[in-house]
Amino acid sequence: MADLGPAPLVGGAPAPPPAPGLVIESFRVTRVRKETHDTFTIDLVHADTGAGLAFEPGQFTMLYVLGVGEAPISISGDPARRELVHTIRAVGAVTRALTSAGKGDVVGVRGPFGTPWPVDAAAGRDVIVVAGGIGLAPVRPILYRVLADRARYGRVALLYGARTPADLIYTADLERWRSRLDLEVHVTVDTADRGWRGNVGPVTTLIPRAPFDPARATAFVCGPEVMMRYVAVELGRRGVAAGDVFVSMERNMKCAVGLCGHCQLGPYFVCKDGPVFALPRVQPFFTIREM
Amino acid sequence: MKTIDVLLAEHPFFQGMAPDYLAFIAGCGRNVQFEPGRYIHREGDEAKEFYAIREGKVALELFVPGRGPKTLQTLDTGDVLGWSWIFPPYKWVFDARAVELTKAVMFDGLCLRTKCEGEPALGYDFMKRFAEVVTMRLDAARLQLVDVFGAPTPR
Repeated sequence: MADLGPAPLVGGAPAPPPAPGLVIESFRVTRVRKETHDTFTIDLVHADTGAGLAFEPGQFTMLYVLGVGEAPISISGDPARRELVHTIRAVGAVTRALTSAGKGDVVGVRGPFGTPWPVDAAAGRDVIVVAGGIGLAPVRPILYRVLADRARYGRVALLYGARTPADLIYTADLERWRSRLDLEVHVTVDTADRGWRGNVGPVTTLIPRAPFDPARATAFVCGPEVMMRYVAVELGRRGVAAGDVFVSMERNMKCAVGLCGHCQLGPYFVCKDGPVFALPRVQPFFTIREM
Repeated sequence: MKTIDVLLAEHPFFQGMAPDYLAFIAGCGRNVQFEPGRYIHREGDEAKEFYAIREGKVALELFVPGRGPKTLQTLDTGDVLGWSWIFPPYKWVFDARAVELTKAVMFDGLCLRTKCEGEPALGYDFMKRFAEVVTMRLDAARLQLVDVFGAPTPR
């Protein structure tokens, strides 16, 4: 699980160093927080140096559990502070093993990988962040970066949907963001009992209410693919150009460096060409059922 | 204080409606408000009104025996509440409860129906607006049914 160690001698000559991105480094768990019944957030620092990791909003790492395997997980910390934070939903062997990790445990990390959200290119424009479920994790670094330099952007809105109130993640962040006068936060759930005083309905229903100028807005969208398809439709109905919409695609990434082809989406490898794409590049594949 | 036709002109549902139509139907409307927690109507009640929500939040609820009231959808500032006044048997299908202090223009359904019947172009305009609202609500309900946040494929 630690790095691969010194290069072995083969035929008397040292083997070439591993290609970038193939080295697994050891990181130590410093904090674990339970978000929902099946979702946890873990903070990591380098096991030797105690440092975090430089990354851009939208990038992901491959997290490795010894003897179990690797899984691609988006980085959800503050990029300015190099916070290596991952929010993980336990849905398979690797993610279940990761969510059972405790403080002091060591996991392997490769990365960061992938294309970032074009946050800086959105300067001077309204910013609409639309997230569903655990899809709030990959967009949280956008909010950290925008709010750290708030004056550079126009109106900023976060539209967040989840299955039920109990499935909302980052509730402390949501409360803090809601208290700001320069950030519009709308939260909705698909189903709720009477105790919930917020919105009920899919996240698409929040788009007509959000205050932004569609002619000068950039939208960042992350969530289940079905949700993103219909969010794209609703943003289009509101007048946002497809080229101003960016989505984060999820596929079965394995090598993370564009070699193995597991994450192929049409002509793209999601791990290398994505996961963040401008909508026009991937929208044609939304409705191809074989993909 | 704004007149009803001015309030309607500012409401998204009536956006683009001809001013003479707005003035014509304004006579069927009046301002109302509901305190948080108050029921605006109950399932099975006679549907005599239609509401253009100016401010606030309304929960559409279905009472499930043994489980209590379930919120199916919330309506917000700029939304409209109710189309059961258009069609027989003129009965509300769900409960509607104000979640927050809610201000609305309440229309007398019979008054509106009479004006729409007498002025088919107005009636057609109204039907197109309602068809769009119904379509959007149906799309939303279908997305809720899909349960897009259900467990993904294990990895």
